[in-house]
Amino acid sequence: MTERFNASELLAVIAARQLHDDTTVFAGVGVPLLAAALAKRRHAPRLTMVIEGGIIGPQIAPGRLPVSTNEMRAGHRATMLPGITDAFLFAQRGFVDVGFMGGAQIDQYGNINTSVLGADYWKPKVRLPGSGGANDIASLCREVIIVTAHEKRRFVERVDFVTSPAWLRGDGSRRAAGLRFGGVSRVVTTLGILGFDPDSKRMRIEATHPGVSTDTVRQNTGFSLLEAPRVEVTEPPSDDELAMLRALDPERRFLGT
Amino acid sequence: MGDSHLNPLEYDFIGARERAETKRKSAGEKLTSLEDAVARVKDGDHVSVGGCLFSRTPMALMREILRHRRRGLTLSRNLTCHEGEMFMAAGAVSRVVTAWMSIGLPWGVSKILRHYVESGAVALEEWSHLALGLRFRAGAMGVPFLPALTMLGSDLVGVGGLKTVQDPYTGETLAAVPALFPDVAVLHVHRADRFGNCQIDGYPHMDADIARAATTVLVTTEEIISEEETRRYPDRTVIPGFVVDALVHVPFGSFPHECYALYEADYDHFAEYTAAIDARGPSAVGEYLERYVYGPPAWSDYLDLFGGERLALQAKRAKELTR
Repeated sequence: MTERFNASELLAVIAARQLHDDTTVFAGVGVPLLAAALAKRRHAPRLTMVIEGGIIGPQIAPGRLPVSTNEMRAGHRATMLPGITDAFLFAQRGFVDVGFMGGAQIDQYGNINTSVLGADYWKPKVRLPGSGGANDIASLCREVIIVTAHEKRRFVERVDFVTSPAWLRGDGSRRAAGLRFGGVSRVVTTLGILGFDPDSKRMRIEATHPGVSTDTVRQNTGFSLLEAPRVEVTEPPSDDELAMLRALDPERRFLGT
Repeated sequence: MGDSHLNPLEYDFIGARERAETKRKSAGEKLTSLEDAVARVKDGDHVSVGGCLFSRTPMALMREILRHRRRGLTLSRNLTCHEGEMFMAAGAVSRVVTAWMSIGLPWGVSKILRHYVESGAVALEEWSHLALGLRFRAGAMGVPFLPALTMLGSDLVGVGGLKTVQDPYTGETLAAVPALFPDVAVLHVHRADRFGNCQIDGYPHMDADIARAATTVLVTTEEIISEEETRRYPDRTVIPGFVVDALVHVPFGSFPHECYALYEADYDHFAEYTAAIDARGPSAVGEYLERYVYGPPAWSDYLDLFGGERLALQAKRAKELTR
C-alpha cells in the first residue's frame, strides 16, 4: 500500500466500486454511506440510497455528513421520508439490492456480532451498542456487502453472538432458519476482498489490494481462509476517486487522518 | 443464556383492546402542565418513547418523569440515546427494550450502557430495528403479532423470546413478531391543537404507531395551533386527539436533541457530557442529573442552562439543513 491514501479512504473507494447504476443500496453511516455517496457522484448517478432513519434518496451534502441515520443531515434533499419501519419494509418486499454495513466481530460464515462479548448475554463481558438495523439489512437485502478494517481480533472463527445472520453455520442453515433470501456476498477489507465458497459458504480470499499477499491476509484472520480459484489484485484508488471522496468529508469526520 | 424477559402483558391484545374500549376518548381540551401530564406514569410502567436516537426525543416529559422519581420502569425505544443513560443512572429503569444504545458513532460505545448492563443492574432486551418497529405496529393494529422475514436464525431470537409461525398458505417459516402494548407513550411533536390532534414534520419515526399501541398517551408540542388550522390541513394529522390524554406546550421540548427543521442536536453538549464521563466515570451522570434534571424546576430554567444563543445557533443550522 502506498501513502497516497489511508485505510478508510481505501475502504470507501473499493466499497463504492461494488455498487452499480440503476440499483438501490441500504447504507449505514460512516464509511458505507461515504462509499454510496461516492458511487452516486462518480459512476452510478441513478443509484438510490435508503437510510435506516426512514430516508429515501438523500443528497448527502459535502461537509455535512450525518453522524446518525436519524438526524436531519441524513435526509438532506431526500425524495421520501417513509419512516423507519416502512424503510425496512421496502427491503423485506425485495426492493433493496445491496445492504452496506460495517461489523465489530465477523466469523468464517460472515455472521456479525455487534451485541455482546462473552458467553452470558444478560451479563456480558462487554456490552456493545447492538443491532440497530444491521440484523434487518443482513436478513432482508438481496445481497449484503460488509465493509470493515481487517484485524485478527475482528475476524474470529465463531462470533460470541450472532447479531446479524449471514450464512449461519454454512450449508443450508440460513435457508433452514427461514431466511429465504439474501446473504453476505462480499467482505471488503483494508487488505482485500473476501467472498464465500458457493457450497460450504466458508469465507475465501477473492482479491488482495496491491502489495498485499494472501499470506498477510491469512495472518490477520483468526480462522483458516479458503481461496478463490483465481485471486485478483484490486486497482488502487485513483486520484479522481480520492479527490471526490475527500470533498465529501472535508472535516475528515469519517476518513480520519 | 438467561431466560427471555418477554412479558406476556406486552402482547395481550385482548387486554389492550379492553383498555381502549374503556378509555375516555375525548375530543375535548388536553392542554395541561408537564407535572400534571407525568402524574399518570406509575412505578413499574412500560414507557415507550417517541422519536429515535437524538431526533425528536420527548426530553421535557422524560425529565419530568425523572423529577417524579419513578422506579422500576421499562423503557422501549428503537435507538436509545443519552436519555436512556439518565434513566439508568437515576435508578428509574430496570429494563430497556431497544435495537441499539449509545449516543452516536463519534462518541463511541456508551460507557453508561456498559456499566449498568455488564453489572446486570439493567436488563437490555435487544430486538432488531424493524422487529421493534413491527412490535409497535402490531400494537397499533390491535393484533398479537405480525409475520415478518427478519430476525430469523440470529441469537436475538433467544433474547427477546421471538417465536416463529408456519405460514398456513405456503408452509414457509416466518418470524411472529409479538405486539408491544405499552402502558404509556411519551411523544414530542411539531404542532398540535389543544384537543391533541398532532402533526409531525420530517421523520415520522414510530410515534404514530406508539400512540395507537399505548394505553396512556402524553405529548409535548413545539407549537399550539388553532382548531381551524388542523381542519384546514387534516392530512397532516398523524395522531388523532381522542387517543391523547395530556398535551403540553413545550418549545425546544427535545433539546439538546433535534427537532426536524426547527433545531439541530447540540453535538457540543454531547461532547461535554461524554468528556465528563470519560474523566469521572458513571458518577458524572449523577452530577448531570443534579444540574439538568433535579435542579432547575421548570423547563424554561433548564433551557436557560444552555442559553438563548446556543438554542438560536441550532435553530439556524436546522434551517440551513432542511431548506
